[in-house]
Amino acid sequence: MASPSGTPTKITQGSQTKGGIGESTLRPDGTLKVTGEFAYSSDMWHEDMLWGQILRSTVAHAEIVSIDTGEALAMPGVYAVLTYDDLPTAVKNYGLEIQDTPVLAHGKVRHHGEPVALVAADHPETARRAAAKIKVDYRELPVITDEASATAPDAILIHENRDDHHAGHVPHPNIVHRQPIIRGDVAAARERADVIVTGEYTFGMQDQAFLGPESGLAVPEEDGGVHLYIATQWLHSDLRQMAPVLGLPEDKVRMTLSGVGGAFGGREDLSMQIHACLLALRTGKPVKIVYNRFESFFGHVHRHPAKLYYEHGATKDGKLTHMKCRIVLDGGAYASASPAVVGNASSLSVGPYVVEDVDIEAIALYTNNPPCGAMRGFGAVQACFAYEAQMDKLAAKLGMDPVEFRRLNAMEQGTLLPTGQPVDSPAPVAELLRRVKAMPMPPERQWESSEGADVRQLPGGLSNTTHGEGVVRGVGYAVGIKNVGFSEGFDDYSTAKVRMEVVAGEPVATVHTAMAEVGQGGVTVHAQIARTELGVTQVTIHPADTQVGSAGSTSASRQTYVTGGAVKNSCELVREKVLEIGRRKFGSYHPAWATAELLLEGGKVVTDGGEVLSDLVDVLEDETVEVEAEWRHRPTEPFDLRTGQGNGHVQYSFAAHRAVVEVDTELGLVKVIELACAQDVGKALNPLSVLGQIQGGTTQGLGVAVMEEIVVDPKTAKVKNPSFTDYLIPTILDTPTIPVDVLELADDHAPYGLRGIGEAPTLSSTPAVLAAIRNATGLELNRTPVRPEHLTGTQLSEG
Amino acid sequence: MRVNFTVNGRQQEADDVWEGESLLYVLRERLGLPGSKNACEQGECGSCTVRLDGVPVCSCLVAAGQVEGREVVTVEGLADFAKQRAEGGGCASGACGTTLQNAQQWQAGGTDSQTGEGTELSAIQQAFIDAGAVQCGFCTPGLLVAADEMLERNPTPTDADIREALSGNLCRCTGYEKIMDAVRLAAARQSEAV
Repeated sequence: MASPSGTPTKITQGSQTKGGIGESTLRPDGTLKVTGEFAYSSDMWHEDMLWGQILRSTVAHAEIVSIDTGEALAMPGVYAVLTYDDLPTAVKNYGLEIQDTPVLAHGKVRHHGEPVALVAADHPETARRAAAKIKVDYRELPVITDEASATAPDAILIHENRDDHHAGHVPHPNIVHRQPIIRGDVAAARERADVIVTGEYTFGMQDQAFLGPESGLAVPEEDGGVHLYIATQWLHSDLRQMAPVLGLPEDKVRMTLSGVGGAFGGREDLSMQIHACLLALRTGKPVKIVYNRFESFFGHVHRHPAKLYYEHGATKDGKLTHMKCRIVLDGGAYASASPAVVGNASSLSVGPYVVEDVDIEAIALYTNNPPCGAMRGFGAVQACFAYEAQMDKLAAKLGMDPVEFRRLNAMEQGTLLPTGQPVDSPAPVAELLRRVKAMPMPPERQWESSEGADVRQLPGGLSNTTHGEGVVRGVGYAVGIKNVGFSEGFDDYSTAKVRMEVVAGEPVATVHTAMAEVGQGGVTVHAQIARTELGVTQVTIHPADTQVGSAGSTSASRQTYVTGGAVKNSCELVREKVLEIGRRKFGSYHPAWATAELLLEGGKVVTDGGEVLSDLVDVLEDETVEVEAEWRHRPTEPFDLRTGQGNGHVQYSFAAHRAVVEVDTELGLVKVIELACAQDVGKALNPLSVLGQIQGGTTQGLGVAVMEEIVVDPKTAKVKNPSFTDYLIPTILDTPTIPVDVLELADDHAPYGLRGIGEAPTLSSTPAVLAAIRNATGLELNRTPVRPEHLTGTQLSEG
Repeated sequence: MRVNFTVNGRQQEADDVWEGESLLYVLRERLGLPGSKNACEQGECGSCTVRLDGVPVCSCLVAAGQVEGREVVTVEGLADFAKQRAEGGGCASGACGTTLQNAQQWQAGGTDSQTGEGTELSAIQQAFIDAGAVQCGFCTPGLLVAADEMLERNPTPTDADIREALSGNLCRCTGYEKIMDAVRLAAARQSEAV
């Protein structure tokens, strides 16, 4: 079959862009992206391709009495209609950790928008209309929407006959996973407390809202296999889940990463991958599926909404005595990443503070709400919102400055986490707080101009709701801790294939990994690492696919660390081989070949003293050196299921924020004036990209502070706002300036001393904004996002 | 139905267009111009922004039949459009046209295996790369078309002007700071060049 258009190609960078690690080299895909030529998964096109469409449940919890596809199949232009009964093998479920998610609903739907049937047709509108003609008869069941309904004695079980590895230790089958952490003696420590504060906090359901919708093209192949061009975060994880359902060996399911329009956790789970392949294999034609925004809101998991119950104590001189907390995460209908989110929420629930006596419990529920899983910050976000609110309450009760109170209790290198694991790299929590507080404050009353108020600078903006009347400023601080990499004993490796050869008289390195470039700039960093390690200018980035070993997920702030580490490692192995060739050819001419530490720099082999021994071109001539190798960071351990003790994490990332807000207290409108951030990045491999990550992460935290929430009707468990009209993400008008102070304290365990950086700024941004709004209004504000009715006292009810 | 219109200065003809198809769909799926993006298809995100007779519009909200006989500029034609504007002194109508030869050049670029280093770009495109305003890049085409149009109207925008002009374009990756930098940079470079 002819190849489709929009397939990714190798990108060679170096004729104008140079630069190794530490330099702000520009993206190798930048020109393609600004000219519109960069092909995203939704841009794929194939002659004679069909369009796939998914029919999704209109109710949240129901038995399926019958499905009638006759009328849909009879429509001209329709090539296939598939239901559960058409699945080709005995494997009919998938899942990241627990295989509980049906490819197509069987007998029951468990959440609003669950896939029930598939259509392939020659035009997307034909496919949509055919899907609408499929008749599904539902017999509705009561919905489970919260902890009380999930764990009631007579609660319907979302999943009956659970046999997953968490089923044995959870107190109720509607609890996916429970992780307690017990350390010290909370009862005794509580006796020492001069003040005790408690709080009950609510975190709303946030959507990743990546802009490039779920999409891909499945092309049937002559050997009976299929080639999927897909936007994902982890090709090999998709492959592992897809192949058994398709009934194909993994080598007959070829995966190529197509352009990815953002991810933020929302592409960790499968979306349309299996569906497109099933339709392609059934029809023998290429099938493209592209979600629209409405469907995208149903097509991926969200950030877990949470209820968090906290108690902290402190002595009158401001030292924390103990912490008790209970974190209830709503995992929705399917497990997704819930177990790992529970692990993060519990182990990071204390925050970046020294508290020796803790009693922690985190659980994730099965409910009929939308499934929740990975999103940037992954369990640590919800906890940070709550413990930072607690810090402000404690400081207020003690009459202390909130920043000084935090600094007094800040963790440092060597501090034990509640899991008993020491933090064995720099933990500059107090320093980050000091730095962010020391940044200059934005001027007051910025909206004033010679021509009167510039309403664009005021809450309400061009709605022209105030010229400064009723507007109050507030300032708030927060700091957070995020783990980097996959935790709890996961074998979190990556693979890199690096080749070196002479092309057109110049040494060129080719880097081939399966890393999903989702926008973060991993490809930029890979080219930088190859230049630094191999002394070349030209680097070719091979498209990511499953022809090379797994790179692990573009998640958990891990790719620069782990796949960057794999690229560095493979480059070092290539370098050794190149030097061997050099020794073989030239060793007899110069003693330094045998004795000195040799480097590759500027296209030459040089000694550590700088003496040039040979050009790389002369060493390599027509030889090609290639290495494919796996690389691992230090192993971790699972948390004990009873005590939560264990060396579960690899590395930590710290960021602090100061938010300055102005609130129109009459209308409840908030304008964030500035969100300053200080973050330790270990080593900035690409400083420009580091700023982009920090500012982008900060803005997602701002979004969930004041606007972003998927609203689920508590009576029906149906999603009420699946559109960008009703689910609001920050625009350029909502987003303030974000000055950033970058600290670089090396983590000696990590390649180049770097720290994974993508998630930490998403943690502290939200509580800093909330603290600033509390500071402006004097309100307690125990939920996020804050809506106008929470500020004006006109709220009718929770939700 | 058949729709005849001009895209990036070149006459185009789309056949068998269903009446419900949007301009965005015809550009992407019938004319091989997927640069305009499909992030929401409901007029909220601006990723599909093109110029229709010079006016920035969400192409997802324009019925294909409405563009009969009209001029469209997409991100694929932005570099040529800006170049001709600079050479010809104003092209606000979007009707200044691209030669067939030039049009074929940018179409052929899609199969180039290189980064396109050395490709001739408009000021705003180059500034987006240089300032780090591109991450996943899905919002980029729409932002480029919108920002280029603003700079055409207002060569020396204030920050508030930039934010107002780009408020219809959502970006989820950057936090907008580098986009602000890019627009400021393009404006500064253009004013130096004058």
